[in-house]
Amino acid sequence: MSADAKITPSTLNLKDLPWQIAWSREKCTLCGQCTAVCPVNAIEPGVFRKRSVDVDINAPYQSGSGFKVYHGIRQRTAPAYHCVGCGMCAMVCPNDAIMPYRSDEADKLRFHLDQGGQPERRGGRRNAPGGVLDQIKFTRISMLTDPALDAGRHEFDMRTLLGRILPPEQNMQQVLENGWIPPVREIYPLIIGGMSFGALSPPMWEGLQMGVAYLNEEMGMPVRISTGEGGCPPRLLRSRFLRYVILQIASGYFGWDEIIHAIPEMKVDPCAIEIKYGQGAKPGDGGLLMWHKVNQLIAAIRGVPMGVNLPSPPTHQTKYSIEEAVAKMIQSMYMAWGFRVPVYPKISGTSTALAVLNNLSRNPYAAGLAIDGEDGGTGAAYNVSMDHMGHPVASCLRDCYLNLVSLGQQNEIPLFVGGGIGKNGNLAANAAALMMLGASGVQVGKYVMQAAAGCLGSETRRCNICNIGLCPKGITSQDPRLYRRLDPEDVARRLVDMYVSFDTELRKIVAPLGRSTSLPIGMSDALAISDKAAADRLQIKYVV
Amino acid sequence: MCRLVAITSETPVSPMTALNALDVMREGHDGSGIGLFLRDLGGPLEEMKNEPILSGIFTEEGIRRLDSYMIDMGFLTKYKISIRLPKVPPPGVPRRDMYLVRAYEYPEEWEDLPQAEKEARLVTVRLALQEMGREKGDMIVFSFWPDTIMIKEIGDPLTVGKYLELGRENLNARIIMAQGRQNTNYAIDLYACHPFFIQGFSTMTNGENTAFVPIREYLSSRGEPGYTGFYSDSEVFVHILHYTLKHLGMGVEAYKHVITPLQDGDLEAHPNGEFLKHMKRTCRKLIIDGPNCVIGVLPDNTMFMAQDRKKLRPGVVGGKPGTYVFSSEICGLDYILPDRDKHSDFQPMHLDTAVVRPDRREVDICQQMQRLPRLH
Repeated sequence: MSADAKITPSTLNLKDLPWQIAWSREKCTLCGQCTAVCPVNAIEPGVFRKRSVDVDINAPYQSGSGFKVYHGIRQRTAPAYHCVGCGMCAMVCPNDAIMPYRSDEADKLRFHLDQGGQPERRGGRRNAPGGVLDQIKFTRISMLTDPALDAGRHEFDMRTLLGRILPPEQNMQQVLENGWIPPVREIYPLIIGGMSFGALSPPMWEGLQMGVAYLNEEMGMPVRISTGEGGCPPRLLRSRFLRYVILQIASGYFGWDEIIHAIPEMKVDPCAIEIKYGQGAKPGDGGLLMWHKVNQLIAAIRGVPMGVNLPSPPTHQTKYSIEEAVAKMIQSMYMAWGFRVPVYPKISGTSTALAVLNNLSRNPYAAGLAIDGEDGGTGAAYNVSMDHMGHPVASCLRDCYLNLVSLGQQNEIPLFVGGGIGKNGNLAANAAALMMLGASGVQVGKYVMQAAAGCLGSETRRCNICNIGLCPKGITSQDPRLYRRLDPEDVARRLVDMYVSFDTELRKIVAPLGRSTSLPIGMSDALAISDKAAADRLQIKYVV
Repeated sequence: MCRLVAITSETPVSPMTALNALDVMREGHDGSGIGLFLRDLGGPLEEMKNEPILSGIFTEEGIRRLDSYMIDMGFLTKYKISIRLPKVPPPGVPRRDMYLVRAYEYPEEWEDLPQAEKEARLVTVRLALQEMGREKGDMIVFSFWPDTIMIKEIGDPLTVGKYLELGRENLNARIIMAQGRQNTNYAIDLYACHPFFIQGFSTMTNGENTAFVPIREYLSSRGEPGYTGFYSDSEVFVHILHYTLKHLGMGVEAYKHVITPLQDGDLEAHPNGEFLKHMKRTCRKLIIDGPNCVIGVLPDNTMFMAQDRKKLRPGVVGGKPGTYVFSSEICGLDYILPDRDKHSDFQPMHLDTAVVRPDRREVDICQQMQRLPRLH
């Protein structure tokens, strides 16, 4: 900056930013690709004036001082243009001349992101790495009387049930009397959680759907995917692939006009209906699709005008209470598909989850409960909601499961959990731990984006700009110039890779525990942790 | 591993026969304990088929407390088998005051009770006695049921058998189950010893049930007072058997469909596929896991053997009309019935349940892919 420039409270220097761009003048070819690719325009071409001293010993009285000009990259310091550390500049640089580095101390930028009184909003996840799931160990290795199972050769039945299961006496009586038995789906316990068409780009959505179809039809893995709140493309609604899809309805009811009208033309029933009451990443807050992303296609599928912000209300506006909402919506949804499709609510992790569960336990139609923990991801939310609101998923799940055990209903209402599963890369270990704590299955979103599409986001403030439609990988963008970077075929292939390797890892966990005949739901005796308080809280073993 | 042997015979057999067969298979157990289940009794108890028999181990004080409790309840002793003990037990066998086998007459007010109510009350009495015993450590009660004797003790099976003089004629029985124990815990709790018993059902297992904890949680919440204890991961096998037959009204053929259900492809092809799919789902929490060979007896004296889903434990059934033997190893079978037709010995595999009905005419192989008998 020049010596007479005005300094405002929000005038920052490079040191104040969370990410600093290191640029090498020697290596740079001045091709300009980094500045072109930067999603937030954090870098721009710069002209640098530099003094040079070049003294000629044969001309002692002639000035050797002069100025030279060179061109290069300049990092902007205005809060609106701060570097998000995505590293796309490094990816496109032909000479490895540029790289963002994390600042060595807490940034000052965070105090200035509320320009104009608008608190920071972003996409992504809670910026808090770590968590209890990674600390859980599987310690009950069958050594004494048990020949070890072979994860590669033995037969494993690793499926789970989604749907209300009647108690055995009642169920078998209904079978004999041809009575109504709630619909139940036998599915793979790793579900792709709700990421809406709109939040995700068309190739991302298409790639996921292709991958799911391949897993089902070629690999024999009954994988299911939730649509999130944003409707479902009309052709998918009328295709046989709908059976792999969990249709989500949330407080904005986006896309449901299209869905309801497609019901008479559906060739198959959807897997299930998920009623979203809350989202772990931003509990008590509604979904938010920002206007940047509402193009013609999205507008058509959601049944809204183009280019407007699409906030879902925090609550279902037509209902007074969650008890009523759950009861009425479950009934209506069952009715819409002739009582052939399971309907279950999804709530954000909360200390009041037990109250919701107790309500469900008395509702003979409730097909399950999905709980989304604080580490869940989102396309857009206030930073404060993401970082500070919500409930850790482990103890929330454990309380719910043990409550069902005390009611004797642990097989009747399956619990599904999501939120930060595999956030440090340990997908199978986290998922297995949660199942042994009582989950019937887990929902993952961010892991899928990272593994199947190369999402750059992290729990340490990297990228996290899903909300503004500028995803540098084209995953959460509706701009064709960005999303053409993503090939749906590649996404599908990576999704299959991810599932097949997850399956192997899951077997590698359950085989030494001597489990193969059924998914070890609630097998808490296999778990241990070296944190006494956590062990007591989760009612698992304490080991050191 | 443990070793199992079970005999079902038209003519009463001495329990020592089973213990000798266990001794033949002694490489498979460590002599740390023995459990015996006797049913369809011969000897004087044959005349008292309907009177409940209490089996257990008592101290002098325990006997006094038992007597006052039973008299208060209105039970009168009808017959007892006294086991006189030498002063010093053999090495490895603890000193006990009294092994009790005593048949009672029902209290008068029980006479007109419906059978189901009577059966439920017998369980309540057994559980109450067990609870009393736990409080003071003066009684261990194994069973309280008509035509049923159970004896369990720590020590080498054959040594214990000789010490307790189990060769006496009044202990002969037509159904005998015996387990030679391979100890897996230092402090042996006799309640953790096989066979396990509830309301006429009994099972013993060689193996390890790795799905024990979720199954225990589920059984505990079924509202059945007898589903308790859970000192061993194998105890749930008898509860699941009881649940399948008593609560679901199914036959022994369905037991294997509950504990190790078929996988989806097989269910699709099964003539009762739809029915079994429902059973698999609704009984999901009763699916066992790990290597297990289960031998069991039903109240009607049907005896069966079933294996885990992968058939990871040894087990063989053989014999001739009138007498059949279920054994962990063929050498045990050879010891009891050397003159049988060995070609018809059968080793149940991962889909099989080998069943010998009360008439003891043949070994009936229920294969999981077969149609189930028609339901009533």
